[in-house]
Amino acid sequence: MSTGHFVALAVILFVIGAVGVLVRRNAMVVFMCVELMLNAVNLAFVAFARMHGTLDGQVIAFFVMVVAAAEVVVGLAILMSIFRTRQSASVDDPNLLKY
Amino acid sequence: MSPGEVLAAGSSAASATETTAFWILAVLAVVAALGMIIARRAVHCAVLLAVVMLSLAVLYALQDAPFLAFVQVIVYTGAVLMLFLFVLMIVGVSSADSLVETIRGQRLAAGLVGIGLLVLLSLVIGHAALASDTAASASFGASNLNGLATLIFTRYVFPFEATSALLITAALGAMVLAHRERTSPKPTQRSLSKARMTSARPTPLPGPGTYARHNAVDMPALLPDGSPASLSVSPIIAARRAELSEGDTDLGQRDMRLAQGDTQFGPDDTGPDQGGTGPGEDGPTDAVPSSTGREDSRS
Repeated sequence: MSTGHFVALAVILFVIGAVGVLVRRNAMVVFMCVELMLNAVNLAFVAFARMHGTLDGQVIAFFVMVVAAAEVVVGLAILMSIFRTRQSASVDDPNLLKY
Repeated sequence: MSPGEVLAAGSSAASATETTAFWILAVLAVVAALGMIIARRAVHCAVLLAVVMLSLAVLYALQDAPFLAFVQVIVYTGAVLMLFLFVLMIVGVSSADSLVETIRGQRLAAGLVGIGLLVLLSLVIGHAALASDTAASASFGASNLNGLATLIFTRYVFPFEATSALLITAALGAMVLAHRERTSPKPTQRSLSKARMTSARPTPLPGPGTYARHNAVDMPALLPDGSPASLSVSPIIAARRAELSEGDTDLGQRDMRLAQGDTQFGPDDTGPDQGGTGPGEDGPTDAVPSSTGREDSRS
């Protein structure tokens, strides 16, 4: 199995996640699509680490996981506080700064 | 989950296994990711994301990264997705995505951007010189964990410490953001009791299913005249049932059926109820809810 296959799969998953971020309205689903993009990048990191025969890519994928966990914690807390005040999880509703 | 065994089993058999597993998992991951974009309910999106993450974990194990595979399962699928599901249950499970475009042509533009991104990244990868297959070094496979630990605690020790600071900051930020100040004093047992005694109903609400044909929680209790007591069913369950049966017609039919059942078994059902209200032998739990429920159904 060559590295190209894994990187191609990572590219496809990354593009699907990016389209999901652009298309979806529910903030939770937008967060999930961001997670999908981070996972795709992790897959590319692991594939390149194997190609080079070193473990640095795996360590960086590990750090990406940690940062993603922190991002999810803070993002979901923001989402809950928005839901408490606006009673909605849609990204269209917090439009108080418009105009 | 045995990259060491796979490596030891010989290169040809290992590559055949890896190829088969890769194609199955790649198709599964792409289909689940597409379904995650398409599915309207957020819970379905979360489950499909779990499918993607688990298949990626197996792909990590295929690529001689067993530690990352386990971390993917434990941290991502176990912790992060469960956190997603918890918040989803709080924010509202039934909140399906609206299909109305607030910006005109946004979906089309997003699709074009996606296709452009795909073409761009494919060209970059196509022009890159990627090695087809490399011999695994000694730090892969069985000694993967030792190699990772050596790297993290020597070369990457400062990013590792920064990561710990980031995690502490994230935990504090989540606590600050999710904390809610209490604006009214906490109700004591005395104040609760006072409020209950001064309210219109000091007694408990009637229980569901009393003298009805079933004693399920969604079955309203029957009054002595055979009419259902609407107060005996929780309003959440009543709203859910109305949502399921699509309006009041089915509910009305069910109430009519209930009344018929009551007339069929009239001597059995109404007898003890009236007897209970008379001498009060069965306690006030039956008599008081029935009378108040009848008032409520009349009003």
